[in-house]
Amino acid sequence: MRRYFGRKLLIYGLTFFVAATINWMIPRFMPGDPVQSLLSRHQVAPEAVPHLIAYYNALFGLDQPLWQQYLNFWGSLLNGDLGRSVYQSGRPVTEVILAALPYTLGLLIPAILLSWWAGNKFGAIAARRRYLDNAVLPIGYILSAAPYMWLAIMVAWILGSVLRIFPISGGYSYALEPSLTWAFAVDLFAHWVMPFLSLFMVMFGGWAIGMRNMIIYELDADYSRYLDALGAPSGLVRRYAFRNAVLPQVTGLALQLGVIVAGALVTEIVFSYPGLGKLLLAAVQNEDYFLLQGIFLFVIIGTLIANFLVDIAYVLLDPRTRVGMSGGSA
Amino acid sequence: MGLEVTDLRVYYRTLAGDVKALDGVTVAVAEGEIMGLAGESGCGKSTFGNSLIRIDGRMRHVGGRVILDGIELPIADGDAMREFRYKLVSIIPQYAMSALNPTRRIGRMIDELLESRGVRHQELRTELRRRLLLVGLPEAVLGRYPIELSGGMKQRVVMVISTLLDPSLLIADEITSALDVSTQKAVSQTLVQFRDEGFVRSMIVVTHDVSILYQVSDTLAIMYAGRLAEKAPTEELMERPLHPYTRLLISSLPEMGVRFEEERLAGIPGAPPSLLNPPTGCRFRTRCPLADAVCEEQPPFVEVAPGHAVACWKAT
Amino acid sequence: MTALAGPIPKAGESVGRAREVRYFVLRSRKILISAVILAVFLVLAVLGPALRPGDPNAFVGPLGAPPSSEWWFGTTTFGQDVFAQFLYGLGSTFLVGLAGGGIAALIGVTVGFVAGYRGGITDEVLNMLTNIVLVIPTIALLVVVTAFFKARGIVVEAAFIGLTSWPWAARAIRAQTFSLNAREFVDLARISGVPSWRVIFGEIAPNMSSYLFMTFILLFGGSILIAASLDFIGLGPTAGVSLGLMMYNSVAWSALQLGMWWWFVPPGVAITAIVGALYVMNVGLDEIFNPRLRES
Repeated sequence: MRRYFGRKLLIYGLTFFVAATINWMIPRFMPGDPVQSLLSRHQVAPEAVPHLIAYYNALFGLDQPLWQQYLNFWGSLLNGDLGRSVYQSGRPVTEVILAALPYTLGLLIPAILLSWWAGNKFGAIAARRRYLDNAVLPIGYILSAAPYMWLAIMVAWILGSVLRIFPISGGYSYALEPSLTWAFAVDLFAHWVMPFLSLFMVMFGGWAIGMRNMIIYELDADYSRYLDALGAPSGLVRRYAFRNAVLPQVTGLALQLGVIVAGALVTEIVFSYPGLGKLLLAAVQNEDYFLLQGIFLFVIIGTLIANFLVDIAYVLLDPRTRVGMSGGSA
Repeated sequence: MGLEVTDLRVYYRTLAGDVKALDGVTVAVAEGEIMGLAGESGCGKSTFGNSLIRIDGRMRHVGGRVILDGIELPIADGDAMREFRYKLVSIIPQYAMSALNPTRRIGRMIDELLESRGVRHQELRTELRRRLLLVGLPEAVLGRYPIELSGGMKQRVVMVISTLLDPSLLIADEITSALDVSTQKAVSQTLVQFRDEGFVRSMIVVTHDVSILYQVSDTLAIMYAGRLAEKAPTEELMERPLHPYTRLLISSLPEMGVRFEEERLAGIPGAPPSLLNPPTGCRFRTRCPLADAVCEEQPPFVEVAPGHAVACWKAT
Repeated sequence: MTALAGPIPKAGESVGRAREVRYFVLRSRKILISAVILAVFLVLAVLGPALRPGDPNAFVGPLGAPPSSEWWFGTTTFGQDVFAQFLYGLGSTFLVGLAGGGIAALIGVTVGFVAGYRGGITDEVLNMLTNIVLVIPTIALLVVVTAFFKARGIVVEAAFIGLTSWPWAARAIRAQTFSLNAREFVDLARISGVPSWRVIFGEIAPNMSSYLFMTFILLFGGSILIAASLDFIGLGPTAGVSLGLMMYNSVAWSALQLGMWWWFVPPGVAITAIVGALYVMNVGLDEIFNPRLRES
């Protein structure tokens, strides 16, 4: 078990190292001069150009030797300094991101956990009832094939625009100030429902199909056939199959994290939900590279932590990893 | 009382049509008898064993009756059959190595299985422990997961589980094929011991390894292309085989322990017929050195001496 | 199931298998329906430029008109023809899927084969690389990389997607190669001194052809979805039209609030239908190649 976690942590450490290095390399090794290209995209008065070049060069530390730049980069990274956001008038990037983070997590964590739980339950039920199965499969495939943002758009259009049940955009009404009042909490919730729902639905489809297929596979496994041959009721056979079918679904959660994160980002954009996704769009539109890179690093760190949590969950669920054999997947 | 099978027909559904894996098998296994069932791979011997306990979705019961201890088993009806499984008829499957749920401790799995069959597991605790010791396993295996056990240990655990409710009939399906020679010997001795201790009353040992049957079985049945060719007490069959197929089979066995499946019966020219469209009459006639016009009619499986039955026109 | 091993005729096994596959393909509802869906969209994409010639971004019609006999899918807020954009967008979608999925398949298959076949230290290194790329969220990496590109084309986008979405394929292929490695014919080839690449492409790949095809199908669908997300964040092709860009524009110009459903419904339906058809086709093929999944 120690080897299992040791290996995982090594991979995560390396991944972080690689990601951070990519982050450092990109502006420096891209074709063309990043400072020039930054300036050329902004409408800058000609007489201000030399000042700005000097300013950006100092900011990137471009006049120093490369290895020095690299060390500086790690130094400030480990101090939590990700630079300053241009579009948020010079606020530290870390601060800007930390302000948006709760919205993204508040959306993602419940959506992931609930869709995983409900999808697995539903898929297992579908696997044993033909009429349900016939309905679940097509719906599941449609949901899991729909682009996240399109489903979000449809939810926003139907529930928000046509039926006018929930507010379409923002994290809370502009009329309200964030506070610990009942009215604000209700408002916050109302704005949360649709982005949550659209994320939930896409993931739900995927988990339900996955579970349904895994159960059918496990029901044909030798241990299921043996139980059946010894006259165990189908309830017990299914219970055992479910328990074994859940394991690949846990691994699947880790594999899907990248897609889920991407889905959350674009969903936020649809609803102008004030999380990392909206921030990302703003960073792209305003060419705010420090902010962009900061978001990149935060997403990486978040994904690594989530991966590690999934690993722990896997060890808890699969006895084989605990008895010293390697189980699951890297 | 024992087992009586009459004219059993079980087909496999395939794309190309029905594969007639069992095409009229009639056989009796007496109480206390261990019958060995041997034949080339694909002759239907495993299908026979499985048919008596669990017909799966790919198999189809076409005809014939199975009577065990005076009760007709509803073998075609999975739900009705459930009640008889384990208590009356049980199996040690071919896949014993992977028969245990990988994510349950063995003891807990046994408890849950017993409870599901309406047996209080506490009552069988002592007996379970005794039988585990009997096959050389410490009680501690109950607290283990299958992955912590060696192949031979898993095999023995499955043997104990399968016989825990003292079934009347036990089917042992190719249980030695994955083991090395010394373990094979131990396993087959255990089978005899189980019968002698009264854990099971009668037994059908399905295998392609005749040397095992020599050690274990009281009687020996030879199967060819979905039908029984011959059945007799083991000694008699080995020494005085009547069916030409049995004769060729035994004479082509070079030494004990050699599996004739792998040898592909060098002594017998030709290959077994396709069970999709088996030839009429005697199924062996295309390869049989004695075959003539009579053999175009199907020979009946008849007793020619006490306990010695054969399906061949030339043997009677 | 020993009962089936012997008696079925062995002669002409490969011919028989090909015939069996064809038999099931023609009888698989899943495969037929998904193939028809894909074909319809593909024809639309190919004929698109002929049906609606000219620049799909040109301002040609009334502003924000709903679908009519003249403007089948209506027009945008600025009077662009949604149907023209839709047809061009389909073309981009297929292109991205094909190129992105193709590149990812190529990398994934190569890495998987080499890792699985060579084993040892090669496998360790490749596996580590695979795991690292696997853990990094594709979209985040793509955003950072593409944001620095001033002019982006569909091919560049597809290349980036291909370069980042291969890891799971590599892992799956590696596992398959491992199991084939143990087979006799691979051993024989290896012992007799055949070069690795010939063993891989001469012995292993043909035995996995169905699996490779299914991997490509999934990567194809995945690339389309990733491209749509990238376009939606505003990092798609800088010139031209794509389905993701259409959705981006519709949201950016408040089509939701204005109820201009004809602007955002068609691109989403098309992507969902294409990707869904690819998934269902994959399941259909899986049922054919793994007989135990077939519905009885």
